[in-house]
Amino acid sequence: MMAALAVTRFGLGARPGEIDAARSDPQGSITAQIQRSGADKPVDDADTAAQRFTWIRDYQDARSTERALNNAGGSERAPSTLMDTRLQLRDKIQNDFLARARLGANTPAAFRERWALFWANHFTVSSTKQITFAMIGPFEREAIRPNVFNSFENLLVASSTHPAMLTYLDQASSIGPNSRAAGRRGGKGLNENLAREILELHTVGVDAGYRQADVTEFARALTGFSVGRDNEDRAGQFVFRDNAHEPGARTIMGRRYAEADIKQGWAVLKDLAADPRTAHHVCSKIARHFVSDTPPQTLTARLEKRWMDTGGDLAEVAKALVESPEAWDPTPAKFKTPYEFTLSTWRLIGAQPSAYDRIAPILTGLGQKPFSPPSPKGWAEDAQTWASPDGLIKRMQWAQGMAAAVADRTDPNALAVSALGERLTPAVAKAVSRAETRREAFALLVMSPEFQRR
Amino acid sequence: MTAQMNRRSLLGLGASLGISVSFLGSQAFAASEGDLAKKKLVVVICRGGMDGLSVSPPVGDPDYAALRGSIAMKPEQVLKLDDTFGLHPELKAVHALALKGEARIAPAIASPDRARSHFEAQDVLETGASGVYGADTGWLNRTLEALAPIRKVEGLSVGATAPLILRGKVQAASWSPGKGVDETARLPTLLQDLYRSDPLLGPAFARGLETETMAQQAMTAMAATPAMNEMAASTPAMAQPAGMSSTMANDRQNRAGSEAARKLGSTLGGFMIQAGGPQIAAISLDGFDTHAGQPGQIATRLSYMDAVLDGLHTGLGAEWKNTVVIAVTEFGRTARVNGTGGTDHGTASTGLILGGALKRGGIVGDWPTLKETALFENRDTAPTVDMRGLFKGVLADHMAVDRALLESKIFPDSAGAKPVAGLV
Repeated sequence: MMAALAVTRFGLGARPGEIDAARSDPQGSITAQIQRSGADKPVDDADTAAQRFTWIRDYQDARSTERALNNAGGSERAPSTLMDTRLQLRDKIQNDFLARARLGANTPAAFRERWALFWANHFTVSSTKQITFAMIGPFEREAIRPNVFNSFENLLVASSTHPAMLTYLDQASSIGPNSRAAGRRGGKGLNENLAREILELHTVGVDAGYRQADVTEFARALTGFSVGRDNEDRAGQFVFRDNAHEPGARTIMGRRYAEADIKQGWAVLKDLAADPRTAHHVCSKIARHFVSDTPPQTLTARLEKRWMDTGGDLAEVAKALVESPEAWDPTPAKFKTPYEFTLSTWRLIGAQPSAYDRIAPILTGLGQKPFSPPSPKGWAEDAQTWASPDGLIKRMQWAQGMAAAVADRTDPNALAVSALGERLTPAVAKAVSRAETRREAFALLVMSPEFQRR
Repeated sequence: MTAQMNRRSLLGLGASLGISVSFLGSQAFAASEGDLAKKKLVVVICRGGMDGLSVSPPVGDPDYAALRGSIAMKPEQVLKLDDTFGLHPELKAVHALALKGEARIAPAIASPDRARSHFEAQDVLETGASGVYGADTGWLNRTLEALAPIRKVEGLSVGATAPLILRGKVQAASWSPGKGVDETARLPTLLQDLYRSDPLLGPAFARGLETETMAQQAMTAMAATPAMNEMAASTPAMAQPAGMSSTMANDRQNRAGSEAARKLGSTLGGFMIQAGGPQIAAISLDGFDTHAGQPGQIATRLSYMDAVLDGLHTGLGAEWKNTVVIAVTEFGRTARVNGTGGTDHGTASTGLILGGALKRGGIVGDWPTLKETALFENRDTAPTVDMRGLFKGVLADHMAVDRALLESKIFPDSAGAKPVAGLV
């Protein structure tokens, strides 16, 4: 049973033979995946955020020029170049997503990938702005994946200083009202979006007792955190704009920050990372993600203790999760999200999505459109959200389509064993074996309560 | 175009606009319940914190222009309602209804939550509780539960995910446009057997199958009407290149988005007038979190909302006279423009109340004004109406929900939120 849990609960579903391979040391098969260097990077074009930033700026400039020409009633426009650029950009973004999905479908180190996906969702960046959309792939590669087994503080700083986050939550253009830049640029000033979401979502949580004044003070401390513009050396990279920084000391949640310039924002982030309320908030979320929508309090407490004992060492917190007996309760309590569900189906047959269009429509139909979580809170992870009547109908239709494409070449009874191991119940085994056709058997397996949960 | 293709295009539509629809159905009570079975209620949840001062700009308020600075609208830009208020220029259909007395504004409405957190405030809006974590079920679901012993009301939700406002003891159905179920396959029956002892999947799947059947009937009926054929014949313009966000859309695509939103609204209206169709619906509209560059963003979002409401009005046809629509958001935004041409999280916002069942009248609730001393925490429009009062008033007067049940089951701890009376 432990091997089946190791692969399905902590991983992304079993590839053929994966449960057998984990049998000799289920816990060890997971802890062996924890590595300081972080999570794997999807195989894609490896564009940096800065390259994408420049790309988008060039595109937007070209579009403005085209518009100006059109408005002037000038020459025939040359739409093909612009359209080409636009399609190339679309391809790049789609390839980012496809590459990530293929990594998830293929990787033998699926816990490592799950851990990375958890943190990418914790520090959500969504497609609401064109410039941000193009940088989501680079954000995960540059800020998230290298740091997921690092200290939480490093991960928090990497996220909070990445151009994708700075543009998504409007920090890049926030200016201290009494800064030098404010004098020159009339009407420009503070934007508190990133400051609020760091407090509420990324660190201490909404119940931590901070007030509006704390949010505003934190926003002032963060002024200057920005992204280099096209005409600057560090175009598309993090820059600190000294002249946009609000001068003076700040007081946030009762603590005074007298530091100057960038050191002020850093000091706040450092304190937030070390705050026990952050440990509590984030560890509760880890327990909910991996184990149950209502996890045992003892599990959260174990994770919190390891977090505080190690100064938020995420490799240690991951180990504490794997070592917790509560995490190995044989009753599967988590209902797979659409992304987990579809990836685990590819893993079931040892395959991977061959094109973006093989995965995007089903995710969109199930309410998890690629790179587009509905808010900075990220995707929901609870059964109540995803196990909707319509969601189940959509999953069934997709399972039928998948069965029509692949099931005729499979042995469904063997697949049921390789997918679920000891978690395979007699009811499901019987249903699969009694099916009229391979396709029916395959769809039944994929739609079984055991496969839908982990 | 077949009904099936039309439904498929609607799927893309909802996803690309960030719109999802949920509705609750009442099955065929027309005979016994008479007029009561015809009453319809639609709740529109505008997610992200919709800026009330953009929805209904108080251009006649002496402090408005100074507070709003670069994003203030001029009196001649807005669609005039009275000496103080106008409507955003994109709310053309709402304005036309307002002139007929079929749309009103509540310019300073808020939930009881004051944390300015999207997620906490949306929870409070949807649970109907007095504070966060006050309930884990939605007030529309508890409405069904409270009505169950009196008249059997079925729940139906359309959309990829289940919204909190509909979650609870009553298994709400849900549906969104899709391929339909192959009724010749054995799989649905086999799965029902497999889910028999599963408390989560069993009821949800059974309800999903029922709804598919009903939806297929409704879509077939609608496809047979000239209005539906006309809609179906128009281009499926909501289809943006996959992977491109709506903000990549240019003006032309925004117009196409509005058309798609209109189609979604009229389709919903078409569902609601089917025999045995839903009496209560909830729609979510995303994208109202306008921290920077607000005017363009909110214009797009309000144009979609206007189109959904306009489509609903058209789709309901003669049944519009039996309908009340409420559009609310989790919180409003700061009265002052922020440093990036947007606004940050605030408190009261504008609620819209529409429908042929509405009585003509002025604004709902008092206008606190934008005087510095009147602002909530020297920052936001101050609330004068608790939105639970609006919900209670409409449920009691329009949907004939028992007042004692409203206070005890549906909105507990809401004694301070007096039901808004005299709307219908």
